[in-house]
Amino acid sequence: MSNIFKNAVTSVKDGFKGFGDRQSKKFHDFVNRGPKENLKNLGEFALNNIVPIIFIVFCAFAIPISGQPFSSVVRDVVTRLMRNSFLVLSLLIPIMAGMGLNFGMTLGAMAGQIGLILVSDWQVVGIPGLMLAAIISIPISIVLGWFCGTMLNKAKGREMVTSYMISFFMNGVYQLVVLYMMGSIIPIASNSLLLPRGYGIRNTVNFAGTKGSLGMRKSLDNFWSFNIGTIQIPILTILIIALLCIFILWFKKTKLGQDMRAVGQDMEVAREAGIKVERTRVLAIIISTVLAGFGMIIYLSNMGTLNTYNSHSQIGMFSIAALLVGGASVSKANIRNAFLGIILFHTMFIVSPYAGKNLIGEAQLGEYFRVFVSYGVITLSLVLYEVKARRAKGHQAKELKEAQEKMLKNKETAEVIA
Amino acid sequence: MTNELELQQTPQKKGSAFLERIKSGVKAFGLPRLIITGFLVLLFLIAPAAHVNIGTAITDVINRFGMNAIMVLAMVPMIHSGCGLNFGLPLGIIAGLLGATLSIQTNIPGGASFWLAILYATPFSVIFGWAYGKLLNKVKGSEMMIATYVGFSAVSFMCMMWLLLPFKNPTMIWGYGGSGLRTTISTQGYYYHYLNDFLALDFSKWVSPASVGDGAFIGAMKNFFSHLVIPTGMILFFAVFAFIIWAFLKTKMGTAMTAVGSNSQFAMASGINIDRTRTISVIMSTWLGAVGILVYEQSFGFIQLYNAPFYMAMPAVSAILIGGASVNKATITNVIIGTILYQGIVTMTPSVMNGLVHTDMSEVIRIIISNGMIIYALTRKTEASR
Repeated sequence: MSNIFKNAVTSVKDGFKGFGDRQSKKFHDFVNRGPKENLKNLGEFALNNIVPIIFIVFCAFAIPISGQPFSSVVRDVVTRLMRNSFLVLSLLIPIMAGMGLNFGMTLGAMAGQIGLILVSDWQVVGIPGLMLAAIISIPISIVLGWFCGTMLNKAKGREMVTSYMISFFMNGVYQLVVLYMMGSIIPIASNSLLLPRGYGIRNTVNFAGTKGSLGMRKSLDNFWSFNIGTIQIPILTILIIALLCIFILWFKKTKLGQDMRAVGQDMEVAREAGIKVERTRVLAIIISTVLAGFGMIIYLSNMGTLNTYNSHSQIGMFSIAALLVGGASVSKANIRNAFLGIILFHTMFIVSPYAGKNLIGEAQLGEYFRVFVSYGVITLSLVLYEVKARRAKGHQAKELKEAQEKMLKNKETAEVIA
Repeated sequence: MTNELELQQTPQKKGSAFLERIKSGVKAFGLPRLIITGFLVLLFLIAPAAHVNIGTAITDVINRFGMNAIMVLAMVPMIHSGCGLNFGLPLGIIAGLLGATLSIQTNIPGGASFWLAILYATPFSVIFGWAYGKLLNKVKGSEMMIATYVGFSAVSFMCMMWLLLPFKNPTMIWGYGGSGLRTTISTQGYYYHYLNDFLALDFSKWVSPASVGDGAFIGAMKNFFSHLVIPTGMILFFAVFAFIIWAFLKTKMGTAMTAVGSNSQFAMASGINIDRTRTISVIMSTWLGAVGILVYEQSFGFIQLYNAPFYMAMPAVSAILIGGASVNKATITNVIIGTILYQGIVTMTPSVMNGLVHTDMSEVIRIIISNGMIIYALTRKTEASR
């Protein structure tokens, strides 16, 4: 029976099984240990998951204070879960390759936006429009991802701050293209897209479509969906997200995925083992950028409008914050972190303006608060990660020293005996 | 025979040596810096064609130099102690804003409010800087990323505080219908142009614009000087600070700081308390940031609260990098050259562009140049292995 089972499991199921095994092992460990040990472990667990715990506590208080009916909070969270999952999941692969949080995901978002702008100019609507936008975004994402990856290879050890600056830099290039070249060099026919001056794209682009055409708004979500109460469950979107999850689980098992993990563990050791470190790292960033481009298209099709000059930079920050809220760190993140993070982060995001209004009569306070929390979470996670990493390093050094001393002692005793 | 050979060889050798020197000069100066300098020179050359008055242009550049130079100077101590580029400058700016708002709350008119603002800002910047320094000591090696987000967190936290803090002065709070401080507060009546007007050289008082009878040269000179104003006080103020920092870096504490930044192993071996030195450098940077924003405000005329400080670190960071600093090396000269170049481009591009092609691409150019410069500094091989 177990043999048949073993034969049947694919690499993906392996992933799930591994998860189950880990949980059951954890449970056994829990039973076998004494209560005192368990309490200590609980403390450690709390310390390791401090960010999600803070968020759960916060949400537990903020939801009642906001006065919002629970069902509407759930509805909004489900909408945002569908909207953001793909984007957040696009961050996982560079983390696997040891390159930290890919702030350069905004590059992919820009590529997706350019695709959408062109497609809505060509009046391709509905799902074909979205697919065409995705196809257009791929080469742009690859070029941008290659640029970002190559730059990050020159800045090993400070990938995050560099990718962050690259996102700013590329924002300038994006503005150059969209604000000045589109309509003047790149032909844009539709006047509803262009600024009154004749070139450059308007600050907001609406995908709802003009009269007669259906537009692209929600075309993915409405294609195949059903309702639970007032909550819309878009099956196609869920399928796409599930497909990405399976892709990520599968990818981890491939040669390239294994190489990335090796590079993430130790670049020098990986190089010794014959892995092309630089190439692997660039590929990780390219894959992430392309996925972010798709994610942005899904996100915007759900939103229905594009803030031409803001959407991408905002989405970078919120996606990263969401992933960290789910308990991910700079070096470790999985699919669970992504989903948990989106749910917790967006619950906070939805309820805090209402909570602020009910607490001091100022919705603005809640809005400032949620921005503060987004930044604060990223700061806290980065600091905790660094502190932990340094402590682990110190611990390692100590162990090494002890081992050496032990060896010396053994040698001495051996000599004495001799 | 030999003489002939020598004769033949020497000019060639000289030529190649000369080329080598140019090459090494370019290398030391850095290609991006060369391009930026060239770009600025080009802007000044085509300025007359775009109907931009050179006198006005120079006045603007000098003015903006004075406004921003101290914030750029705030990068120096942290770079010296090896904490990297101070992306957490908004923390210092917040200390300055607290000083400014408290000073206006105290409601002493005139220039005295400027000194009062510095006085108020000092304890805040010391406390903020101390805590920030302690934090950065815990995260050695990835200070810059964390500094960025410390700055952002602090700014967004203060957004809430500006709403909630019980300020009472009517010039600062929303008149009706809202609560909390205004987004921009005028410094008029307080320290507006306090430093700018101190010993200011306003040439327009003495020179009138060109009239019909003037020759070409005289006319040009008249046009130039009639638009020239030099804010002596502000420049002097910066000069004093620059001198203090320069002198400080020569003291025992200053050398210790440089030692920590350039070779922390060596510094530890010579008995320098690394963490303490770094903390002091961070406090200095934070305080300079606070003073810097006050100088900025007195010239600009407004105190900008809420979201304004978010991206104020970037211009300062890229200015010092354009000036020739790197992630772990910076001098006062870098500060001066960098600020002139950066602010020169920022002020010149919009006016020249507008005059020539009637489109303002300056914002895009600014973003690309300043962030490109930061990326260049972060990706240079020689500094990656610190």
